Amino acid sequence: MFAVDVPYWAQSLLRVLGGTVAVLLPAGTIVYLFLFKMMSFMQSRLGPMEAGPYGSMQLFAEVGKWLQKEDIAPERADLRIFRAAPLVVLMSTFLLVAVVPFGPDAYFTQFDAGVFYMLAVSSISTLGILMAGWSSANKYSLLGGLRAAGQLIAYELPMVLAVLGVVIQAGTMNLQQIVVKQNSDAIFGWDGIGFPYILTQFVGFLVFMIAVQAELTQTPFDMPIAESELVSGYMTEYSGFRFLIFFIAEFATAGVFALIASVLFLGGWGVPFTWFGWDPANLGTVDNWMNVGGPLIMFTKMMVLAAIIMWVRFSYPRFREDQLQRFAWKVLIPVSLLNIMLTAILKVAF
Amino acid sequence: MVPLSDDTGNDTLALPGDALREGVVQALRDELGDALLDSLIKPNDDVWVRVRTDAWRQAGLVLRDQVGCEYFGFLSAIDWMPSPFGRGEDDPTEPTPERSTEIVQGYTGGDTRMQVFARVTNLSKHFGVTIKADVADEMPAVDSWIPVYAGANWHERECHEMFGIGFHGHPDLRNMYLPTDFEGHPLRKDFPLLARLVKPWPGIADVEPLPGDDSEEGAE
Amino acid sequence: MTDLADRQKLSYIAAQAADARLNVELETEGMTLNIGPQHPATHGTLRIIVRLDGEQVIWAEPSAGYMHRGYEKLTEVRTFPQVTALVNRIDWLGSFANEVPFILAAEKLMEIEAPPRAQWIRTILFELSRIANVSLFLGDLGVQLGAITPVFMAFRDREHVLNLIEGATGGRFHPNFDRIGGLKDDLPAGWIAETKQVMKKLRNFCDEIESLLFGNEIFQSRLRGIGVIPAEVAKQYGLSGANLRASGVDWDLRRDQSLPLAYDKVDWKVWTHPDGDSFARCWIRLQETREATMIVDQLLDGIPSGPVMAKVPRIIKVPEGEAWVSTENPLGEMGYYVVSKGDLGPFRVKIRSASFNNISIVPWVLRGVYVPDVISILASLYFILGDIDR
Repeated sequence: MFAVDVPYWAQSLLRVLGGTVAVLLPAGTIVYLFLFKMMSFMQSRLGPMEAGPYGSMQLFAEVGKWLQKEDIAPERADLRIFRAAPLVVLMSTFLLVAVVPFGPDAYFTQFDAGVFYMLAVSSISTLGILMAGWSSANKYSLLGGLRAAGQLIAYELPMVLAVLGVVIQAGTMNLQQIVVKQNSDAIFGWDGIGFPYILTQFVGFLVFMIAVQAELTQTPFDMPIAESELVSGYMTEYSGFRFLIFFIAEFATAGVFALIASVLFLGGWGVPFTWFGWDPANLGTVDNWMNVGGPLIMFTKMMVLAAIIMWVRFSYPRFREDQLQRFAWKVLIPVSLLNIMLTAILKVAF
Repeated sequence: MVPLSDDTGNDTLALPGDALREGVVQALRDELGDALLDSLIKPNDDVWVRVRTDAWRQAGLVLRDQVGCEYFGFLSAIDWMPSPFGRGEDDPTEPTPERSTEIVQGYTGGDTRMQVFARVTNLSKHFGVTIKADVADEMPAVDSWIPVYAGANWHERECHEMFGIGFHGHPDLRNMYLPTDFEGHPLRKDFPLLARLVKPWPGIADVEPLPGDDSEEGAE
Repeated sequence: MTDLADRQKLSYIAAQAADARLNVELETEGMTLNIGPQHPATHGTLRIIVRLDGEQVIWAEPSAGYMHRGYEKLTEVRTFPQVTALVNRIDWLGSFANEVPFILAAEKLMEIEAPPRAQWIRTILFELSRIANVSLFLGDLGVQLGAITPVFMAFRDREHVLNLIEGATGGRFHPNFDRIGGLKDDLPAGWIAETKQVMKKLRNFCDEIESLLFGNEIFQSRLRGIGVIPAEVAKQYGLSGANLRASGVDWDLRRDQSLPLAYDKVDWKVWTHPDGDSFARCWIRLQETREATMIVDQLLDGIPSGPVMAKVPRIIKVPEGEAWVSTENPLGEMGYYVVSKGDLGPFRVKIRSASFNNISIVPWVLRGVYVPDVISILASLYFILGDIDR
């Protein structure tokens, strides 16, 4: 670490700031690059061009617009739950990012049950969505909330099972160790590029990405929102600041899930240790500049995965609710179970 | 993949001739007897028939089953009374001009002020029939055509709200377009066009004739 | 003895109850949901009241009339050219197509025929309005189902057609170009060549939509087998256009009746589909758009020369009589029953609009489907509010 002795309160402040940046920066970049620009170019239009050079300040303009709106709620809404719901959704994002490693020493916290914690905490947003749908006193929101309940719980399972394959391969649930293992292991004796688990867990990666698309309620799994049917689903009655929180949460969670996917499957913050002669058993040997380079590498990998998520979002029509459920229960779960079995067998064999 | 229809092309189709139309009228006469009050075949054009009011539904069934007109076009009504407001072009400062109040029905005649009429089509022989029936001036009503064509439901609702014609046997004769507590029947001729009452027709003012125009003054 | 205020209040309450369809004889379980009148999916202000059991529709009822403008009453106080301008606005996406049956009915009563050049140009503009109308439908179909990208391609390519219509008639959306006896003006120079270019672009667009949208597995699983309308029911309700042909009924008013339009001079095909489900309806519209571009190409090659207006008096008084003309409009069969008494304007015009019949089948077809299917069935039936409500 640096020679400077940072007092505890300063460390906590740094962590809070870092966490906010880690959540908001991906959200903002994803929104601008993909939602405003990539989607526009795919639809043969330019997107926002006025606010700032090439519309780069558009997100700030939108944030400002939503912040200055009146905070209204339906008359018969359950006010306390109505107000709390967006915060619950955003809170789960912050909790998720707490366990993602950004560098050898750049992490908020690290413990041995990292994967377990991550999967558990990601379902808190489901609660938030249900709260929003129910408390809005709006039949469209109710329908959206009901659909969300079924869908989000159904797609938790493939996500968990897909991640299990990685855990079996890594032999640990500690996310930092998973990154280290990916960057220091060898594929059949050749350690030129480390061993990103996407190479052997491609099925798991696919299932995980599909499950993530569903967890984020992005098309083709956006039945809970379903703009042409339910107007905005569970978000219908929200406006102004609370809608802003939902909006940020949606893209921040997309970013954080992309971060997690890159940690689990793409090798996280690391470059293969053999390139620089680092020792996997002792993280102190990793150079200090990796604490700056690591977040940059993570950011890049996150952008790649988020681009895929958004690209699918703009291209596909949406599944109907029962088709969605059928897909989860009858296709994804058996496939991921098979994946686990094969991983276990092959891990023991090799 | 599901098989698709073959190329139906546009070779010379036997478009209906007057012989076919006369056959239609004859078939109706056979089935309805003296309930068929009048008919008109316009050469190379179309066929109109008028039936007795109480034979309205039976005529529909005959058209659908015997004549083969399975396709429902529309059902509506005509109010033959000349409008007491003219064309809404009266100068409100002048006294109302004299207007004829004589009720003259159109093709195939008629005895009453209002008539229901409908259009049905035979898709295989490519002809259509326009059928009319009188409705009584007091308590205008005919039988509903829903047992004949299910699609008549909405058309009868609209006809009822616009003309005030009742349809016996219609399960749910609510208003189609207008609010439930709307009073009056707008398409009747004695229901004024409110826009013209509220604001006089702008063409009343004298307008210069167009250059080289030999028509009379006044915008048309 | 209730006084006037109480009676008014009671009648108001009764009206509200009737309007809200609180029919207390029905079971009270199930949730009543209003889809519309403000809703992203309804093409305008259509309100559909559905009673749901979970996500399944027990009972559905469209409540039209939010856009009722009283066309049939308005036509009684207007002259024939004024009615032509008015009638543009019934189906506002394919406006020229609304004028044509009315003008043809008036010409039938006057017993005049437009010169051949006018007939051909009328047909070309008719088909262009069909292309403009249906290409928007194809894009909008994607949006109803969640695919937000094809609609931009649809609007982009539709702009070309609207520019063509503007070049010929002066109006993108409301051309008001047809006159009794012919057309208002002749075509501008260079229009024919440009139209040929645009038709090529539209064929590319149809291919794009076919691969992007129709080839998509999710799209197919959302539409196949949904909202099946058998041919018998379709005929009973008077469905028309692609809705009827999708149920296997081989009926196209362009081919099956003789009107003074140029359809019999060109080679084209009527598309039908035996399934009768939503996919069939959408698929047929796509094929018909492509077919329309090919019709326009053939027509452009053979426009006869000559005047575009027959000799008609300046002030047109249509002789006494009744005439019915219906044509194959983009939305279906649109017809006008014109009753004339020898005046400057009609005595009564009955406007038979396609969407009115198309939507009357909604209570029948929506029983037992899921809420997402409600949207996709409505999307496939394709209506314009101005057409339903007139």
